[in-house]
Amino acid sequence: MTAVDLEAKSLLKRFGSHVAVDSLSFAVTRGSFFSILGPSGCGKTTLLRMIAGFIGPDSGDIEIGGRSMQGVPPNRRPVNMVFQQLALFPMMSVGENVAYGLARRGVGRAEREAKVAAMLERVGLPGAAGKRTDELSGGQRQRVAIARSLVLEPTLLLLDEPLGALDLKLRERMKIELKQLQAAFGTTFVYITHDQSEALVLSDQVAVMNAGRFEQVGSPQALYYSPATPFVAGFVGANNRIEGRVSALHGALADVTTPEGWVVRAQIQAAPDGRRPSVGDAATAFVRPEVAVLGRTAADLDRPTIAPGDEAAPVHEGVVESLLFDGANSAVLLREARSRAEFRVALPQTGRYADLKVDERVLFTFAPERAVCFATGGGGTGGGHG
Amino acid sequence: MAEVGSKTTRLLLLGLLLAPALVWLVGVILLPHLDLALLSFRERIGPGEFSWSLAQYRTFFAEPLYWDVFVRTAVISVIATGLTLLIAFPIAWTIAKLTRGRVSALLFAVCLIPFWVSETVRTLGWMILLRETGVLPAVLVSLGITDTPVEMLYRDATILVGLVYTSLLFMVVPLYSSLESLDDSLIEAAYDLGGSGWTVLRTVVIPHAAPGITAGCIVVFMLTLGNYLTASLLGGKNSLWFTEQIYTQFITRFNWEQGAAFGFLLLALSSLMVWLGLRLSGQKFADVMSRT
Repeated sequence: MTAVDLEAKSLLKRFGSHVAVDSLSFAVTRGSFFSILGPSGCGKTTLLRMIAGFIGPDSGDIEIGGRSMQGVPPNRRPVNMVFQQLALFPMMSVGENVAYGLARRGVGRAEREAKVAAMLERVGLPGAAGKRTDELSGGQRQRVAIARSLVLEPTLLLLDEPLGALDLKLRERMKIELKQLQAAFGTTFVYITHDQSEALVLSDQVAVMNAGRFEQVGSPQALYYSPATPFVAGFVGANNRIEGRVSALHGALADVTTPEGWVVRAQIQAAPDGRRPSVGDAATAFVRPEVAVLGRTAADLDRPTIAPGDEAAPVHEGVVESLLFDGANSAVLLREARSRAEFRVALPQTGRYADLKVDERVLFTFAPERAVCFATGGGGTGGGHG
Repeated sequence: MAEVGSKTTRLLLLGLLLAPALVWLVGVILLPHLDLALLSFRERIGPGEFSWSLAQYRTFFAEPLYWDVFVRTAVISVIATGLTLLIAFPIAWTIAKLTRGRVSALLFAVCLIPFWVSETVRTLGWMILLRETGVLPAVLVSLGITDTPVEMLYRDATILVGLVYTSLLFMVVPLYSSLESLDDSLIEAAYDLGGSGWTVLRTVVIPHAAPGITAGCIVVFMLTLGNYLTASLLGGKNSLWFTEQIYTQFITRFNWEQGAAFGFLLLALSSLMVWLGLRLSGQKFADVMSRT
């Protein structure tokens, strides 16, 4: 069995009548990069602050490195935190910032200086000890904040959306840097973010959090390709959302028909309680933009076939609403002919269909096995971004 | 009509805007002080006859009473400033960090309320509480702590209590503004990195609040040093406070020359102490003044 660095046991935290963290249990294996992904207000910050020890749970327990943290204050936990705004001490030099925790542990001056120099070297800031923190760039400050924590060799490093304050270009670079740092140090990272791209790129395991609970915990690939709940399907990556009722079942596939009569065929995902949709149930289908393919005529539409009978996938018809050029992520926004519902299709990288015009009629299709649908009747978890 | 951007117009406009401040500065501060300075360097050698001399300053150093009172005033002012800082810090911390919104505004108002009453009335209130026939001695007797009512007025401790009470708000305000600007995550980060309450205070909170602390100390020290009412009412005629010596020279003795010299000595003392304070705390004057 792999060693576990962090284990939460039915952790519960209420603020008044609002349940911020709802009897949560999970474990994080040693040396892994674990992200908690969720919209603002989902309870992820509360969870992180409970792990750090700034707030106590109402019930349940947290074990770090196999030791219960009940009644252990933040300054005695084998955990360090990288704050959202980094919280470097402006009244101290870079070296003093990194040495702060060592000094609190009573490490002697000479040893402290040696450790600080070595740590700054490892994070790519050799010789920066004498600098003031405001002389550094955003990325360098980030590395100082991480160095300040890692020099204490914590069991667990908590990161509270540390990339949130950076501009886009730097954020992209820091993502790669963070992943490399984590791999180099081998420390267990617990990272919270509302940015699904950060979570997918960085993590070994991602927990998608909503309303105080984990909707799904899994690898980025699992979250993306087989979301367990409609919330995960809507929150992780771009997705077209089609709501209707189940009109027919074809083995593992189901037809979801919208009130206007548009039929979408998709793979059935069982609800977490094992419930599967039956004919007549309310259901939501999700189709990723890159799964769908475009064609001007039926002839140039490359229709995928459906597994058992080698039957060709259904063809849908739409009108171009707008073209969304974004380099490699370019897409076209369609209105489906029958339902007038918005449907996003990724444009092929070959540059084909780049000459589409607004109001042009096009055909599109997708392999039903690569789309998912959930039964949503009976107060299922909704929400998310389409 | 003059062109808006022209240089003379702009200078004129600047002059007009600054005029009230200049009138105040020159007329009310600079001129009287110049007059006092001239006065302090003069000696009466006969009826209506005066000559330049350093006699007034010589008297100050020659007469031990004046020197002793001078040093005593400085020492008590420093103690009062220190006490005010110790009491004001938790108050400012509570308002800035532990409370929000209405509670914090209410606490501020509680600090401010005594200032709605004139200083004289406030000080007389203390006299009612502390005099031999007053409230507190009576309470002590009824509790059996003392056999007879104790006179609590006219003691150095009483002066200190009065001075701290009068100065508290002037310390709380700059402390509050400097603590308010301290990011909570810095405190949490220090705690997270293994700091204890005391080390976090010493390494993060106090360095951050240093300009505010210095500003508050300067203001309180100057107010205390120049205080007349509290010292003479609570300390009595023998409170030996330096402003009383100045008052005596001007009003009782009618020796304006000596009074002016004392006034300048007090000014020199407060300037020296402020300079020392800035040097010791490593603060810059401009930085500190922007906090007051």
